[in-house]
Amino acid sequence: MEGKGIHIEGLSKRYGEGDTALLALKHVDMQVAPGEVVGLIGPSGSGKSTLLKCLGAVIEPTSGRMILGGDTIYQDGWTIKDLRALRRDKIGFVFQAPYLIPFLDVTDNVALLPMLAGRSNSESRQRAVELLEALDVAHRAKAMPSQLSGGEQQRVSIARALVNQPPVILADEPTAPLDSERALAVIRILNKMAQQYQTAIIVVTHDEKIIPTFKRIYHIRDGVTYEEAGEARPID
Amino acid sequence: MISLAGRDVLHSWGKFVFTGVGLGLLIGVTLTMAGVYRGMVDDAKVLLNNSGADLWVVQKNTLGPYAEASSLYDDLYRSILAMPGVARAANVTYLTMQVRQGNRDVRAMIVGIVPDGPGTPGYLIAGRQITRSHYEAVADVAAGFKLGQVISIRRNEYTVVGLTRRMVSSGGDPMVFIPLRDAQTAQFLKDNDAIINQRNRTTANPALNQPGVLEAVIGSQSSNPYVNAVLVQIKPGHSPEQVAEPIRRWQRMQVYTRAQMEEILVAKLIATSSKQIGMFLVILAIVSAAIVAFIIYTLTMGKIREIAVLKLIGTRNRTIAGMIMQQAVGLGLLGFFVGKISATFWAPLFPKYVLLEPGDAVRGFVAVVIICILASILAIRAALKVDPAEAIGG
Repeated sequence: MEGKGIHIEGLSKRYGEGDTALLALKHVDMQVAPGEVVGLIGPSGSGKSTLLKCLGAVIEPTSGRMILGGDTIYQDGWTIKDLRALRRDKIGFVFQAPYLIPFLDVTDNVALLPMLAGRSNSESRQRAVELLEALDVAHRAKAMPSQLSGGEQQRVSIARALVNQPPVILADEPTAPLDSERALAVIRILNKMAQQYQTAIIVVTHDEKIIPTFKRIYHIRDGVTYEEAGEARPID
Repeated sequence: MISLAGRDVLHSWGKFVFTGVGLGLLIGVTLTMAGVYRGMVDDAKVLLNNSGADLWVVQKNTLGPYAEASSLYDDLYRSILAMPGVARAANVTYLTMQVRQGNRDVRAMIVGIVPDGPGTPGYLIAGRQITRSHYEAVADVAAGFKLGQVISIRRNEYTVVGLTRRMVSSGGDPMVFIPLRDAQTAQFLKDNDAIINQRNRTTANPALNQPGVLEAVIGSQSSNPYVNAVLVQIKPGHSPEQVAEPIRRWQRMQVYTRAQMEEILVAKLIATSSKQIGMFLVILAIVSAAIVAFIIYTLTMGKIREIAVLKLIGTRNRTIAGMIMQQAVGLGLLGFFVGKISATFWAPLFPKYVLLEPGDAVRGFVAVVIICILASILAIRAALKVDPAEAIGG
């Protein structure tokens, strides 16, 4: 499967050299189809964050192959020079804490990405407002991040991740600070958006209450991934 | 594109404004220091301009009358008047002392002038010029005297008949003009006990205690035939150097042109003071740069997580660097305007003349902008080193 989603083959990441070398990822294979949300779970130090950073083009893998949105971005070396542009245009990020820019209002937090990509202010803001409406936070469009609840902040950060319509979204424990109800609401939104925009989404989580909601889960332990497929529990 | 710097400033405007005001006060001090230096130079030039002289004839091998002591016989001006190209010449004396008025005393430069001659104050803001030969004075308004007030110079009292403005010594002390004879007397005036003591000593000297000699010696001891300089105005069509050269040659005196006297006053008399102020300016500039750098660095370090997120989501380095630099320059501009306004308001309160020149303000403005840009480099370096991976946990 080498479609528009995420396709990883034999991805390895080694930190250090010689006796002190640590192999954080060992020939990881992973596929996420467009419109699919998969879970990535594993204990601390298992390699989850390393995998996410490799997928996010933040750190360079040691070997293997990565295809995002149909483009090979890594094959035993980066095939794309401008990794910032890659992150801006092809990858959306949702963090454990929303990390909204505190001095921009909600609309501009979302509209910033298309503006950075060179789109006009009005077009970017219009796109942001559409997404905020879709995520049911349009009524807080002019609020500053500090005036939002945790759930609202996380929905705004999802809007920010989606605004450039990237083929891939990487969510790093997006429900960790939320209660069960809000956590499930976030997963529901991610599923809806994945379907609506045909985005491949990986959700790294420890959160027991949302793990059953994934159709497919990748377990990772000591840098090795195992796939578990099953029936996803209905979210509602 | 949104102005990230502008939004950040608006978001935390209180911190920004207070920091800018603090920096502004420091810049105000820096501008004032430059104004103090300009004031000193201007005082020196005012001294030359107000004398109305084209040439200064002083004692040979001295830099008198302002930078060094100079002593000439008071009848020398007659010979100078006869020299080619000389229009007017007049004796002048200068002595700096405390002048008493009522219960207070004022540090002032006493100028002994020949009424209507070179050296007379060029204009008055109140009253009239000195018309009598004794006991009248014209004072600079900065001395704080009023028309009709009586002031004490040594043992004699003078009535203030006129007030003038910007007549100051190179040290910034206000000038008090009195008739030349009175100034000559004041310069070497002894107290009564000293006069009696000197007479007794002269009388006790058998070589001087001769008929006809003793009275002449005592007479010469109780008068002062010296002045500090002769101020010369030249006839139209003559160059200062043309007129000065024969005086040097035939009168065997030192003659300075206006350009030479300006060189003495600015380059020699206030040279040490200007170096002192120059050092202060350098230190203040360094301190200002350090403060801007520290503030911008601290503000940037407070946004490390946001910068990591911005980098992770694809913000270019130049956008982040631009944000930091714009904030630094904005802080500098705010500081400059606060400093300029502060300096303008407090400069008149200084006891000495502070001259805030527009050119200095422009140079200061450029320096502030350059300092802010340089100071932001430290913060920019730190921001560009931030790893976007910091935004991702683990």
